[in-house]
Amino acid sequence: MTQLALVIDLNVCVGCHACVTSCKEWNTSGWAGPMSDHNPYDADPSGTFFNRVQTYEFGSYPNTETVHFPKSCLHCEEPPCVPVCPTGASYKREDNGVVLVDYDKCIGCKYCSWACPYGAREFDEKQRVMKKCTLCIDRISDTQLPESERKPACVLACPTSARLFGDVHDPDSEVSVAIREQGGYPLMPEWGTNPGNHYLPRRKIRLHIHEDELVRVNNPLQKEEIVPIDSGDTIDDVAW
Amino acid sequence: MHPAFSVIFLTTLIGVGQGLFLALFTAQLYRLTGLLEHDPGTLFYQYGSLLALCFLALGLFSSVFHLGRPERAWRTASRWRSSWLSREVIALPLTMVTIALYALLHYLGLTQPLITIGEDFSLDPTLIAGTVATVMVFSLFICTSMIYAAVRFIQQWHTPLTVLNFTLFGIASGFMVAALLAAWMENGLVSFFGGWAVVATTLALFGRSAALYRNHKLRGKSSLQSAIGVRHTIVTQKAMGFVGDSFNTREFFHHRSPRTVTAVRNGFLLLLFPLPLLLLTPSLVGGGSLELLLAAFGSQYLGLLAERWYFFAEAKHPQNLYYQTRS
Amino acid sequence: MMQDPASRSDRDIGRSEVKNTTCYMCACRCGIRVTLRDGEIRHIEGNPDHPLNRGVICAKGASGIMKQYSPARLTKPLLRKEGGERGKSEFEEISWEQAFALMEERLSRIRNDDPKKFALFTGRDQMQALTGMFAKQFGTPNYAAHGGFCSVNMAAGLIYTFGGSFWEFGGPDLDRAKLFVMIGTAEDHHSNPLKRALAQFKRQGGRFISINPVRTGYSAIADEWVPIKPGTDGALLLAIINEIIKQGLFDRDFIVNYTNGAELVINEPSRADHGLFYRVEMHYEEGCFDPQNKLWWDRELDVPMGTQTPGCDPRLLGEYVMDDGTHVKPAFQLLTEAVEEYTPEWAEGISGIPAATIRRLAHEMGVVARDQKIELPIPWTDVWGNEHNKVVGNPVAFHAMRGLAAHSNGFHTIRSLGILMTILGTIDRPGGFRHKAPFPRPVPPCPKPPKGPESVQPGEVLDGMPLGWPADPKDLFVDAEGEAVRIDKAFSWEYPLSVHGLMHNAITNAWRGDPYPIDTLLLFMANMGWNSSMNTEKVRQMLVDKNEEGEYKIPFIIVADTFQSETIAFADLVLPDTSYLERHDAMSMLDRPISEYDGPVDAVRIPVVPPTGECKPFQEVLIELGSRLKLPAFTKEDGSRKFKNYPDFIVNYETSPGSGIGFLAGWRGKGGEKFLKGEPNPRQWEMYSKNNCVFHYELPKSYQYMRNWNRGYLEWARSHGMTRYAEPINCHLYSEVLQKFRLAAQGKREGKQPPDRLRKRIENFFTPLPFYYETLESQLVDTHQFPLTAITQRPMAMYHSWDSQNAWLRQIHTHNYLFVNPLLGKSQGFSDGDWIWVESPINKVRCMCRFSESVEPGTVWTWNAVGKASGAWGLAADANESRKGFLLNHLINEELPPCEAGNHMSNSDPVTGQAAWFDTRVKVYKASAGEPECSSPQFPTQPRVPGQEKKRGRWQGYVAGIFQKKGRR
Ligand SMILES: Nc1nc2c(c(=O)[nH]1)N[C@H]1C(S)=C(S)[C@@H](COP(=O)(O)OP(=O)(O)OC[C@H]3O[C@@H](n4cnc5c(=O)[nH]c(N)nc54)[C@H](O)[C@@H]3O)O[C@H]1N2
Ligand SMILES: Nc1nc2c(c(=O)[nH]1)N[C@H]1C(S)=C(S)[C@@H](COP(=O)(O)OP(=O)(O)OC[C@H]3O[C@@H](n4cnc5c(=O)[nH]c(N)nc54)[C@H](O)[C@@H]3O)O[C@H]1N2
Ligand code: SF4
Ligand code: SF4
Ligand code: SF4
Ligand code: SF4
Ligand code: SF4
Ligand SMILES: [Mo]
Repeated sequence: MTQLALVIDLNVCVGCHACVTSCKEWNTSGWAGPMSDHNPYDADPSGTFFNRVQTYEFGSYPNTETVHFPKSCLHCEEPPCVPVCPTGASYKREDNGVVLVDYDKCIGCKYCSWACPYGAREFDEKQRVMKKCTLCIDRISDTQLPESERKPACVLACPTSARLFGDVHDPDSEVSVAIREQGGYPLMPEWGTNPGNHYLPRRKIRLHIHEDELVRVNNPLQKEEIVPIDSGDTIDDVAW
Repeated sequence: MHPAFSVIFLTTLIGVGQGLFLALFTAQLYRLTGLLEHDPGTLFYQYGSLLALCFLALGLFSSVFHLGRPERAWRTASRWRSSWLSREVIALPLTMVTIALYALLHYLGLTQPLITIGEDFSLDPTLIAGTVATVMVFSLFICTSMIYAAVRFIQQWHTPLTVLNFTLFGIASGFMVAALLAAWMENGLVSFFGGWAVVATTLALFGRSAALYRNHKLRGKSSLQSAIGVRHTIVTQKAMGFVGDSFNTREFFHHRSPRTVTAVRNGFLLLLFPLPLLLLTPSLVGGGSLELLLAAFGSQYLGLLAERWYFFAEAKHPQNLYYQTRS
Repeated sequence: MMQDPASRSDRDIGRSEVKNTTCYMCACRCGIRVTLRDGEIRHIEGNPDHPLNRGVICAKGASGIMKQYSPARLTKPLLRKEGGERGKSEFEEISWEQAFALMEERLSRIRNDDPKKFALFTGRDQMQALTGMFAKQFGTPNYAAHGGFCSVNMAAGLIYTFGGSFWEFGGPDLDRAKLFVMIGTAEDHHSNPLKRALAQFKRQGGRFISINPVRTGYSAIADEWVPIKPGTDGALLLAIINEIIKQGLFDRDFIVNYTNGAELVINEPSRADHGLFYRVEMHYEEGCFDPQNKLWWDRELDVPMGTQTPGCDPRLLGEYVMDDGTHVKPAFQLLTEAVEEYTPEWAEGISGIPAATIRRLAHEMGVVARDQKIELPIPWTDVWGNEHNKVVGNPVAFHAMRGLAAHSNGFHTIRSLGILMTILGTIDRPGGFRHKAPFPRPVPPCPKPPKGPESVQPGEVLDGMPLGWPADPKDLFVDAEGEAVRIDKAFSWEYPLSVHGLMHNAITNAWRGDPYPIDTLLLFMANMGWNSSMNTEKVRQMLVDKNEEGEYKIPFIIVADTFQSETIAFADLVLPDTSYLERHDAMSMLDRPISEYDGPVDAVRIPVVPPTGECKPFQEVLIELGSRLKLPAFTKEDGSRKFKNYPDFIVNYETSPGSGIGFLAGWRGKGGEKFLKGEPNPRQWEMYSKNNCVFHYELPKSYQYMRNWNRGYLEWARSHGMTRYAEPINCHLYSEVLQKFRLAAQGKREGKQPPDRLRKRIENFFTPLPFYYETLESQLVDTHQFPLTAITQRPMAMYHSWDSQNAWLRQIHTHNYLFVNPLLGKSQGFSDGDWIWVESPINKVRCMCRFSESVEPGTVWTWNAVGKASGAWGLAADANESRKGFLLNHLINEELPPCEAGNHMSNSDPVTGQAAWFDTRVKVYKASAGEPECSSPQFPTQPRVPGQEKKRGRWQGYVAGIFQKKGRR
C-alpha cells in the first residue's frame, strides 16, 4: 500500500508562508476550491486555508530558539476523522492514502473536525462544507503535468525545500530516508493516529576550537616581528 | 469547544422528550404491575407522547441549524457502522416513530391484552410499542451521548459518565415534565413522577459531580511539546499563522472569560439541582401548584442549557494547543 | 459526487495558457510562470528554468492574483477637484490627454525657468535607469530613488572598501562556505535565492551564526543567535578585528597582494598630506581608478619598493622613514593601531555580548578561514601578470543588511565589516563574498555628481549624473558657500557621500524651502505619505501646509502608483500605473540587475494580462513626457518623437549614439548574436520571451573569482562595456578618500571647503579607518528617559505597505504588535497583549504588545508597515490594519535635535545620509484603563477615489475563469 505524505524539515523552514499562499492559490481554482474569504477587505478578515505556518519559541532569553512550524492535514494512517463522518464524505483513498472530503456529500456537521486532534480541517463558512489539505491530489495525479511538477503546490513553492513529498511506505523514497536518517517524528504520537506527515527536528552545528589550533607555526605575525639586531657580544665571541 | 446553541437545544430538548416518554411508560408499567393506584388515563399517554414528540421535533429542528448543508441531511444515515452521529440520525426519527406509534395505539385504544402472563401481567399492543420505544429511547441516549463520549481527543467527554449524565439529565427533566403534565391533567400522579424526578436529579447530581471532579483532575494527554515535537520545559506559541480568526479559533474555543465559565457552572449547579428540587418539594408533600412545578421545570431546563453550555466550554480540544497566540 | 480528482486534469477545465514573466511582488525579481484560464490568472508559480529562483516562489509571489484583482487598484487619471483640499482625496477623473497636457505645460515652464524646481523621487522601483535618465535629460539634479533611505550605508560602506557590496551588488557564497555569519538581516532583496542557499548550506553541515537583536525568520534557523544591542555592531566588529589581528588569524597573503594594507601612508601629522599614501612619480593615464604609484616596505632588504614588485615581501607592521625623511607606516599598521583600544571587554560593555563570546566568534572566523581553505583547480591570471593554477577560498561568508545600514553610525560599522571580510581573505573567493555583475567597480565607481549650481541650466540637460560617487571634496555638489544645490542636500558637506541621495529629506526641505522651494514633486512608487517617511504624522502635515498666500508650500504633487496608498490622498494629479502583470519592464544592467555570482543576468517583464481600466505603464508616461518636452534623448534631430513606446525605447535606446549599450544586455546585435554590447536588435523582446524573460551569461570559470584582480575578467568586462578600466580594484582597508575630506575639514587641503559649522563634523566622521561612536540620536537625546531602541523587521509575507490590499496576505498580518522582552513588560507593569504607549522624543504611539523571549531586552520591535491609515488600500474604514495596527514611523525623527552642525540636520549617517531608521529611542508604558482599545494616532478616513472599485462583497471565493463574471464576487 502507498501512503503519500509530506515531511517537513524544521531545521530549514524559515517561516516564509510560501507554502500557505501557494496552497491557497493552487487550490482555490482547483478541484478543492474555491477557498472562500470572509470580509476580504473589511474588518476581521478570515478565510479558508489548508496550511498554516505558526511560530513557537522555546527556552528563555538569551537561550531562545524560534521554530517555524507549518501544519496541514497529516494524512493519518488511522484517520480518526474518517469513521466519524456520518455521510462518508470524508474518506481515505485506497490507492495512495490521501484523506479527502467529497464536498458534494458533506453536510457540514463539523464532526470530523472534532475528531482531528491537529486542527487540520477547516470549515468553509461560505460553501458550508468541510475542507482540508488534499495533498494537491489534482496535481499529483494529473498525468498531463510533467512528472517533475506532479507534486503539491506547497512543495514546489517552498524556497528552502523544507517540504518533501513522497510515499512513506516505500523504504527507499526520499521521505522515508529522511525520516529514518534525520529523526523524523510524528505529531502527538499519543493518539495513535499514525500520521503520514512527519517532521524533521532542529539540528545544531557547533564548532570546537582547540586552544592549540589558535596558534600556528605559520602565524603571519611572526613575519612582522621586527627582530632588533643586537650588535653586542655573543657566545661566538667567547673562547676558552 | 465553542458551545453551539443548535446542539445545546438539540441535546437538551430531545433529552426531555426521551425522559418524558420514559416517564409515561414507567407509569404504564407500574400500572400494569399494580404498583400505581391511579390510572393516568389514556389521554395522559396520548398528550404525554405528543408532548414528548414535540420536544424531540424541536430538538430535531434545532439540529438543522448545526448543519452547513441541511438539505443533504438524508445522507447522514449511510455510515451507521462507524459513526455515532449517523447512528443518532437513524435513532432519532426511529424513536419518534415508535413513540408516535405508542401514542397512536393509545389513541386507537388498542389496550386490550393480547396475551396474559401470570395473574396480572397482560401484554397489549401499547406495551409492545412502548417497549420498543423504550429501547429506542435508550439507544438514542447512547447515540447522542456517544457522539461526544466517543471523541477520544476531548478527554472531558471521553468517559462513560457522559452517557450516564446525558441519560440521567434526560430522565430527570422528562419526569419533571411528566409531573407537570400530571398536575395539569390533575390525574394524581404528580408525586409519582415528582418522586422519580427527585431520584433522577439526585443521581444526575452525583453523575455530574463525578464528571466535574474527573475533569478537574484531568491532565491533558497532549502538550505543546508533543504537539510540535520539541522537548523543552518552556515552549510558547508566538504566532498561529494568521492574526484574525479561523475555523480553528471559532469552533474550538468558547472565547469567554474564566469568570463567565465559572459563573455558568455555579449557575447550572444551582438551577439544575437544588432549585428545582426545592420548587418540587411542596408538590410532593401535597402543597404544590402548577406554577411551582412549572418553575421547577423551567429552572431545571435553564440549568440544563447552562450545563450543556458548560459541557462544551469545559471541553479542551488538543487542537487548541496550536491556536493560542495572535501576532 | 465530486469528480474523482485522479481522473481530472486542471487543463481541461477552461482555455489554458502559460506565459512567462518576472515577478514584482518584491524587488527580488524571480522568474514566474503564469497560467491563465479563460483569460484570468489561474496560478502563478516559480519558473523552474529561471537562474534566480529555480522554480521556487514566496508567499507574496504566490499571492499575485490578489494583487492583480485588488479593489485598491487605481484605474483612472485623477485631478484634485477645483477647490478640493489636498489630503482629502477629492478627485475628479480626467483623460490621459488632459493629464499629459497639464504636465507638459507645467514641466516645460519649469524646465525653461529653473529645472531644479522639478523633483522626481521614486521608491522601491527597478527603473532607475529610466527615471534617472529622465531627470538628467530634464536637467534637474533633484532625483533619487529609495536607496538613500534604504541601505546606502551598505552600498557605500562596502563599495568604498572593496568595490562591491551586499544588497543587489553581491552576496555570500553559501554553496561553499563553512561558516556563515548573518548580521542585521531579516529578509533582504535576494529573498528566494537566499532562502534556497541558506537551506542548502545548513544541509551541507555549515554553521550559521546570526547577530541580531531579534531572532525571527532566517535567524530562527541559526545554529547560534548572538543578541546584540542595536547600533553597537561597530563595537563588536572592531573588537573581532582586534582579536583576529592579535591572534594572527588574518590572511597575510591576501592583505599584501589584494588590499592597500601593505601600502605606505604618510605619517606626518603636521603636514597637509598627512594620512595620504606616499606616492611616487610615475606615468599613468588619469582615470577613475586607484593608481599603482604607491610603495611597500620590503622585509628582506628593509627598503621601500613599488607595490607588486616581483619578489618583494612587504611589511604589514612597523614604522619607517623614507629617504626624504618622511615618516610612513603601512596601512595595516594604522589599522592595528586604530583597533588597539577596541578590546572584547570594551565591546562587551557596549554591545551586551560577553567578551568570551566575541573572542570565540573571532576565533571561529579566523580558524575556519585559515584551516578549512578551499582550493579550486581553476587557473587564472592576475592583473600584474602572475599566473595562478588555483583559486583559493577561505570559507567564511558574511551577509548583512539594514540592521547595520539603518543607523547613523552604519557607514563605519559596515566599513568595519568590509575590513573584517577583507583581512579574512574572503573577497570574491569561493566560500566567501562574491560579486555580481556589473560589480566589482572601481573604488569608488566612476560616475560623479554635478560640480556646482552651474550644472543646472534652464532648458539644458544636467551636467553630470544626478547620483554619483564622490572620490574627493572636489566632487561635491555645492555652491560657492559650500552649501547644497540639491533639494535633499545630497553631496553637500552635510552628507558628502550620499551616493543614493536623501529622498527622506526631500519633503521636509521642500516644505521649509531650504535650500529653496520647489514647484512640482513627482513621486513614483513611493509611499511618502506613510511608511517611507520618518516622522510621518508631521510629514503628512507638511504635504498640506500652506504659506501666507494660501498656496501649498509644495505647489504641485504628482503621484504615479498602482494602488490607493496613503500618499494618493496628497496628490494633485494621480497617474494610475499598471500592475507588474500588465506591462513591459526591464531589469537593466544600467540599474541593479539580477546578476548571479557566475555572470551577468538581466530580465524583462512581458504583459500576461491587458491593463486594468485606463492604467498606463509609468514607463510609457515618461517616454511620452520626454517626447512632448523634447528632451534630447527622446527626440530626433528634427524635433520629432524618437520612440514609439517603451518596448521600442528598450530596443533602440543606446547610452550614446552607436555605443551598443542599452537597457538590455541580452540578444543584442542585428540578429541577437551579441550580448552586453551590440547594435539594437529589433527582435530582442521576442528572444527574451523565448528564454524565460531572462538573459544569463555564464562567465568562463577562470573569470568567476578574484574579479577585482582577475586580468581575464577585467579585460572581458572592459571590452563588454561593463567597466572603463582593466585596473586592479584593491580593497581599501585604509580609505584615502575619507582622509581627503578630513584634510579639507582641517583646512589642509585646497579646493572646496566645508562651511564652518560642519568642519568639526567632517573631521570627526571622515576617518580613513573606521571607529565606533554611539548613534547620533542616542548622543543627543536623554537615553535615561528613553532607554529602549525601537526597530522594525520585514515580514516575509508582506512587501512594505503593498500587501494590505491583498486579501490573502493581509490575513497573515492583519495588524501588528510591539514585541517586547517579558523582563521589560514585567518591569513596566504590563502583561502580554496589553495596550501600551511607545513614546519617542517626537511622538507617541499606542499599540498592543506581545511578549517574546527572542528579543534583546533593551530592544522593542514590530513588523514594518503593517499598520495603515484608515480607508487606504481599498480597505474598510475600520479595517484592523488601521484600528489595531500601528506605524512605527511616527516615532522616528527625520531630523536630529539641534546640534553644533545645525538645527535641521537629517537624522542620517553623517557620511552617506543614510536614514537612521533603527536609531529610534523610546520608552514604553501601559495605557490607562479608560483608553480606547485602538491604536493611536488615528487619521480621518481616506475615501475611495473615482475609478476605484466600489466595495467588494463580504465573501470572496476566487476561481480563475469565473471570478470576474457577474455575481461571482
Ligand atoms: N520604520 C521603518 N520604515 C521604513 C523601513 C524600515 O525598515 N522601518 N524601510 C525603509 C526602506 S528600506 C524602504 S526601501 C522604504 C520603502 O518605502 P516605499 O518605497 O515607499 O515602499 P512601498 O510601501 O513598498 O511602496 C511604494 C508604493 O509603490 C506602489 N506600487 C506597488 N507596485 C507598483 C507598481 O507596479 N507601479 C507603481 N507605480 N507603484 C507601485 C505601492 O502602491 C506603494 O504606494 O521604506 C522605508 N521605511
Ligand atoms: N518580504 C519582504 N522582503 C523585502 C522587503 C519587504 O518589505 N518585505 N523589503 C525589501 C527592502 S526595500 C529592503 S531594504 C530589504 C531589507 O532587508 P533586511 O535588511 O533584511 O530587512 P529588515 O527587516 O530591515 O532587517 C533588519 C534586521 O536588522 C536587525 N537589526 C536592527 N538593528 C540592528 C542592529 O543594530 N544590529 C544588528 N545586528 N541587527 C539589527 C533587525 O532586527 C532586523 O532583523 O528587504 C527587501 N525585501
Ligand atoms: S514554504 Fe517552506 S520555508 Fe516557507 S514556511 Fe513553508 S515550509 Fe517553511
Ligand atoms: S463535516 Fe462533512 S466531512 Fe465532516 S463529518 Fe460532517 S459530513 Fe463528514
Ligand atoms: S490530520 Fe486530522 S484531518 Fe488529517 S487525516 Fe489526520 S485526523 Fe484526519
Ligand atoms: S499538499 Fe497541497 S493542499 Fe496540502 S498544504 Fe500543500 S499545497 Fe496545500
Ligand atoms: S521573492 Fe519577490 S520576486 Fe521572488 S517570488 Fe517572492 S515576491 Fe516575487
Ligand atoms: Mo529598502
